[in-house]
Amino acid sequence: MTTPLVSLQDLSVQFCGSRKASALNAVNLELGAGEVLALLGESGSGKSVTLRTLLRLHPERTTKIQGRMQVDGQDVLALKGRALDLYRGGTVSMVFQEPGLAFDPVYTIGQQITESIRAHAAIDEAAARAQALQMLERVQIPQAKRRFDAYPHELSGGMRQRAMIALALACQPKLLLADEPTTALDATVQIQILLLLRELQRETGMSVIFVTHDIGAAVEVADRIAVMYAGRVVEQGPVGEIVRRPRHPYTAGLLAATVGTENRGQPLLAVPGSPPDLAALPPGCSFAPRCAQASERCRREVPPLQTLGQQALACWHPILPLAEAA
Amino acid sequence: MFAYIIKRLIYAIPIALSVTVVSFVLVYLAPGDPLNAIAPADAPEEVIVALKSAYGLDKPVPVQYGLWLLRAVQGDLGTSIASGRAVTAEVLSAVSNTLLLAGMAALGGVLIGCILGALAGYRHGTWIDRVATVISVIGVSIPHYWLGLVLTIVFSIWLPWFPAMGAGPGGSSEWLWDVEHLRHLVLPALTLSVIPMGIITRTVRALVADMLEQEFVTALRARGLSGVAVFRHIAKNTAPTVLAVAGLQIGYLMGGSILVETVFAWPGTGFLLNTAIFQRDIPLLQGTILVLCMFFVVLNLLVDILQPLIDPRMGRG
Ligand SMILES: Nc1ncnc2c1ncn2[C@@H]1O[C@H](COP(=O)(O)OP(=O)(O)OP(=O)(O)O)[C@@H](O)[C@H]1O
Ligand code: SF4
Ligand SMILES: [Mg+2]
Repeated sequence: MTTPLVSLQDLSVQFCGSRKASALNAVNLELGAGEVLALLGESGSGKSVTLRTLLRLHPERTTKIQGRMQVDGQDVLALKGRALDLYRGGTVSMVFQEPGLAFDPVYTIGQQITESIRAHAAIDEAAARAQALQMLERVQIPQAKRRFDAYPHELSGGMRQRAMIALALACQPKLLLADEPTTALDATVQIQILLLLRELQRETGMSVIFVTHDIGAAVEVADRIAVMYAGRVVEQGPVGEIVRRPRHPYTAGLLAATVGTENRGQPLLAVPGSPPDLAALPPGCSFAPRCAQASERCRREVPPLQTLGQQALACWHPILPLAEAA
Repeated sequence: MFAYIIKRLIYAIPIALSVTVVSFVLVYLAPGDPLNAIAPADAPEEVIVALKSAYGLDKPVPVQYGLWLLRAVQGDLGTSIASGRAVTAEVLSAVSNTLLLAGMAALGGVLIGCILGALAGYRHGTWIDRVATVISVIGVSIPHYWLGLVLTIVFSIWLPWFPAMGAGPGGSSEWLWDVEHLRHLVLPALTLSVIPMGIITRTVRALVADMLEQEFVTALRARGLSGVAVFRHIAKNTAPTVLAVAGLQIGYLMGGSILVETVFAWPGTGFLLNTAIFQRDIPLLQGTILVLCMFFVVLNLLVDILQPLIDPRMGRG
């Protein structure tokens, strides 16, 4: 891997408003150009927070961000004003989980895409509208011309998510963030949207980070998987390696819950026990209270993230030691 | 859309009819005899009877109502017992004065309310928010007439900047957009604007604070929009509700102006109503109440029709 497109180093995010939480605790993550990464983990493990941090979408006054965050050679935490606006949507953009909530209900789809294009490029209204219409056609919305003038509530869920993707890709971002882009949709539509995302990724060569609860979807779409637990990346590696030879006890637990029984499309079943309170993390490995392998050391010291080649792992007693992928 | 408007119009008819009944009957529920106002207390029986038949007061109430409604529809609200002038003319001139006063008060109140409310909503939980909240609470709870008196004392007596009485030279019927007339408008309009200011501040603050929490605003930021661009979205989303609240406020101002008009001797409907009550001038009272109520009906109708034009989500069925 040459210089990665995305590089997160010891990224920590603390919310210190009315709800206190250490949502991210020294996350380390790298992503190359054109790579597709799936973020996996239980509810509350910090997947959405990671994506929102990449766009600096947290309320500024009540959020403390530490560590380093580099995207496309830019120090994202140092961006301000116009540079930040251009970065958002221009370099990195986001597909939200609920397209019904992520569109402004009182502007048409076309107006919103056009507005977004004009916020990033100095072109006139007519040219921006033409580009916006082209985007709608590219995400395979039938009768795109008519949909262009439709309000969000006039489209079906699947069409709305396609429009959301068109909106996100309108300014040719280098990185697309997709937070459970299909969870809110019907099963058949889910697959279509995933295939569309994969196809657009291949066409444009952009990188994608997508959050999913569906390991089947991760296997289908992603090159790599990163598993998160209590605001940390505990294991990551190529899809095949993670799925076939999980090394972290938590990853193994997650997979046992779904892959073994081959019930694709099912959300991850909970590993026994519940995640720790993010306002009061245990001193050692945060998975220790639920881990069968846990030792004294696990309870005392946080296991560091060790990297070998494509893989990374944070565990004192892994199921298998890290080794170069066969 | 056209069908929607027609439907709204048809709905308004029964409401308007009930309004006429209430305007007519209400006056009869009040104690006192209207004839006392015109006939001396020791008037002989024949005079009373003659007066009664002259004003139609000898017929049963439903018949009186029917005749009254028939004439009202043609724009004839009868003759004022006290002044002997046509009620319609008196009411219309008063309505235009009240509209002027209420309109200015609403304009000022809504404008300031929107600005304060937006500031408070954007700076939710900061000292700006608290200051705006205090101002809006004071605005809503302060008694009108008291504020009117205080303003008069300060800006009319201590500092002789603005006149305290009337609508300016020419009395009630000759409004002009010149400095002399506008100076008469300042104090009553300011007094009256305080309530819509308070209510609009509160409404806009809540709407904006809520809007800023919405996922779509996060999504707007996520695609590189900020400042004015985001505000445009927030404004368009909050506009329908603000419009509805502001519309009703203008309506309330028409009623709420009674005391303020009395304090400032502003020749509007409130002043007229006040006069009519004290003189037990029944035709004038009925006519004024009717016109005021009709005004509410029309206002509600307008708000109902305008809202879906602004907000595409509101069904057109
Ligand atoms: N603005 C915020 N203020 C306080 N706490 C927050 C905020 N945003 C997120 N959190 C907390 O951070 C933790 C991680 O949340 P996050 O949304 O990233 O979970 P997730 O992995 O996306 O879960 P899910 O699968 O349910 O979407 C949660 O405990 C959440 O309550
Ligand atoms: S570090 Fe210890 S407690 Fe944590 S996952 Fe590994 S074995 Fe379990
Ligand atoms: Mg999430």
